[in-house]
Amino acid sequence: MPFIPHTPQEVEEMLAVVGVRSLEDLFADIPPEMRPRRFELPKGQSESAVCAFFEETATKNRADIISFLGAGFYAHYIPKAVDALSGRSEFYTAYTPYQAECSQGTLQAIFEFQTVVSRLMEMDCANASVYDGGTALFEAAMMAVRATRRHVLVMDEAVNPIWRKMLATYSAGLSVTLKTVPQKNGESDTQALCGAIDNSCAAVIVQNPNFFGIIADYGEVFAKAKSHNSLGVISVYPVMQAVLKTPGEMGADVAVAEGQSLGQPLNFGGPYLGLMTCKKEHIRQFPGRIVGRAADADGKTGYVLTLQAREQHIRRAKATSNICSNQALCALRALIHLSLLGPEGLVRQAEYGMSLARQAVKRLTVLKGVDTLNNAPYGNETALRLPVQAEPLVNALIAKGCVPGFPVGRYYPRMENVLLLACTEANNPVQINMLAEAMGDLL
Amino acid sequence: MKTIFAESVPGRGSRFFESDAPTAAQMLPSGLLRARPPRLPECSELDVVRHFTGLSRLNYSVDANFYPLGSCTMKYNPKFMEYVAGLPGFARLHPLLPRLEQGAALTQSALQCIYEAERLLCEITGMDAFTLQPMAGANGEFAGVSLMAAYHRSRGHVRSKMLIPDSAHGTNPASAALAGFEIVNIESRDGMVDPSALASYMAEHGDDVAGLMMTCPNTLGLMEAHLPEIVAALRAADTLLYYDGANMNAILGKMRVGDVGFDVMHLNLHKTFATPHGGGGPGSGPVGVNARLLPFLPTPRVIRHANGSFCLNDNLPQSIGAIGPFYGSFSVAVKALAYILRLGGEGLERVAEYAVLNANYLKKRLEDVLDIPFKRLCAHEFVASAPEGMHALDLAKGLLERGFHAPTVYFPMIVRECLMAEPTETESKQTLDAYVDALREIVELGKNNPESQTAAPAGLPVRRLDETSAARQMVLTEDMVVHSNSRWSSKGCLELTG
Repeated sequence: MPFIPHTPQEVEEMLAVVGVRSLEDLFADIPPEMRPRRFELPKGQSESAVCAFFEETATKNRADIISFLGAGFYAHYIPKAVDALSGRSEFYTAYTPYQAECSQGTLQAIFEFQTVVSRLMEMDCANASVYDGGTALFEAAMMAVRATRRHVLVMDEAVNPIWRKMLATYSAGLSVTLKTVPQKNGESDTQALCGAIDNSCAAVIVQNPNFFGIIADYGEVFAKAKSHNSLGVISVYPVMQAVLKTPGEMGADVAVAEGQSLGQPLNFGGPYLGLMTCKKEHIRQFPGRIVGRAADADGKTGYVLTLQAREQHIRRAKATSNICSNQALCALRALIHLSLLGPEGLVRQAEYGMSLARQAVKRLTVLKGVDTLNNAPYGNETALRLPVQAEPLVNALIAKGCVPGFPVGRYYPRMENVLLLACTEANNPVQINMLAEAMGDLL
Repeated sequence: MKTIFAESVPGRGSRFFESDAPTAAQMLPSGLLRARPPRLPECSELDVVRHFTGLSRLNYSVDANFYPLGSCTMKYNPKFMEYVAGLPGFARLHPLLPRLEQGAALTQSALQCIYEAERLLCEITGMDAFTLQPMAGANGEFAGVSLMAAYHRSRGHVRSKMLIPDSAHGTNPASAALAGFEIVNIESRDGMVDPSALASYMAEHGDDVAGLMMTCPNTLGLMEAHLPEIVAALRAADTLLYYDGANMNAILGKMRVGDVGFDVMHLNLHKTFATPHGGGGPGSGPVGVNARLLPFLPTPRVIRHANGSFCLNDNLPQSIGAIGPFYGSFSVAVKALAYILRLGGEGLERVAEYAVLNANYLKKRLEDVLDIPFKRLCAHEFVASAPEGMHALDLAKGLLERGFHAPTVYFPMIVRECLMAEPTETESKQTLDAYVDALREIVELGKNNPESQTAAPAGLPVRRLDETSAARQMVLTEDMVVHSNSRWSSKGCLELTG
């Protein structure tokens, strides 16, 4: 059998030590009435046959199609060194660093990850990550609920609808009320958000850039939250965060992000990476793993899992969260990615996408009936108003070999004519010309 | 080792992205921009490669060390699985593509992988349906208890309590609490759920009990002998039975969870199905249900049309909603699917047999070294106590010093000075024997020289770390510094470090 090293003679010796006659005798505690009714699985295959099957299967997916699809999840280039280093099996075949002395590689990497994420957001500290941007947003909301002992969450409708749906699912069994503040033609309504904050509000939750790609300063909203002792929670896009006003500068209490754009392949939806940062006064409300610096018996610097009294394996039902693992390997990839790009690389990456998005807007708004949704500032992703419904046009363009973006009407009723288009370094001006020509033919 | 920030040299940079695009300041109003660029490391590619290669060498791992961490199933992770999951046709696929009618045609084989993985997991476990959406074991537990809540709500039941045995993983009560349940602790007798304690609780409060969460074999490594009675007692009260799949490696092909009456379960693909643990994630925690709970599964579901094509279905009016953004840890599921196809049904059954053989062999050989509280046959793991006067932690550190990862220590909490070892099927007799010899040496040395135990481990990158002052001083990033009064402060993120 593959991956089982025992020789028949060893099996005999081991069974004799255990004191049973056969392997089957080891399962005497499972009585006949509890045995499987059936177990009809395919026969095993050779490694080469399995690989050939997946090679053929994978090529049937058209992952190579020209695409301007984003909506919170972006096709960024990943330096090959990220794969090479995170592919070292000393990292990927280890587990949670419970035994610190033999896990300093993982622990120091998480400490460095916490540092780069905190610096990107200009927040005091970060945890070792959670599953994805949606669970990060939920955990941030729960931090606010615990810290304020209040139950109303004021949520901008321009927060990614995928994450809003998750938040509603996760809070279904809890006494939490979600108060959604409608967006105005793609723009976050900061006045209405401020108006919705009162003394029952645990947190106000916004996203920058918002789902429509629009960039704003939420400093005023967070100041209003602070005046009511509510928390300001923001979700950001890490690549654009290289240039945008930071959550720290805006006065956010908790800042989170989907970290996929930092060195994680799109992978058809996962695994992804939830980034979480907060101000120091909220550290004890933080969920999940946190690594701290420590000294050993000789005074030598090392790293340990710390503040574990918050966690489920100690506090059980009273833990800050049920999370056990983190996304350690994804966090390592993000750290390596950011270390390779450096500040300049990340800024250039953001600027390239922004510049290309502007070229796309210029080229596409020449087409009859195509216009920008509004005049608000945007980053590398922007919403366009079309003279027709977006969804049939998207389907027609896919048939021509190009995914022009995401039809916003999928998530926002009465916005059926709006297309959300994103540009990254996976795109180029030639692709924009092709898109413009193909779209022109169809309109 | 120095941190990557200490390796950083201002102005060096890897020049990874260069473009002649306008600057952000030329494209956006200044009020929307950050005051200064993020203080990320400025390193050459070689600096980065040396740094992380160096860090990797400070770790123990399955590929380098025996890693018998109980309840974690640290088996060998076959390399071909990494290869298949990394194929560009999977890795570069945007998850929103199948949301577009024409896009679904471009992702057929990815949807097929999800469909096939779910179908095979049903066959392995005897459940009626699976969802791959939960992103880890604890996330699967939360999904599972949410399904239980939705079931009772749909029946008009008000059920506020979740029963959890005292030997359960800490995530069980934490997950149930997150779903709004009140936790009731069920005490064990002889290492198993006590059916009479359960029956008496059910007699008094049965109509307020939503479910019971069980790990089977349990965390003591024992099969629950009273399972049929437990199932019957719960069924009578329309109370649901949850199976925590952390220990599934012990029963592959020997017992199907659905057949014996569990209503809902989660699996840990990173345990049973050999996907790497990644230093603490990413995992994958698919949830299986029987027909009663099927209407409540999270959406979207992958369905197959009569013509053989696949699509997403959101039309589940009673669905609990979305546990993850898309379809779970897709690339992890691809690896698990590859593993299942490689081994086949027979191979999976062998996994359970050899995992249980290795655990029983190791337990038997350690009987004269450690205190073994349960002498009967164990499943894929077993618990032991450090000999009288010795500490589990010291034995663990002694093992590290000798090149072995330690077993899980101080869990389950109901066993004194507990060491919980799970060798898995992929380890050889020679490795197990060497581990026994090492533990014997540690214990013998400790009898004459207790200090030899508390001084361990020597020869590793660090000696024992002071966790208490780490928690008090809270230096969680490079920018937090310890102050002389043992309070910490942040240097302020805008301040540049020298």
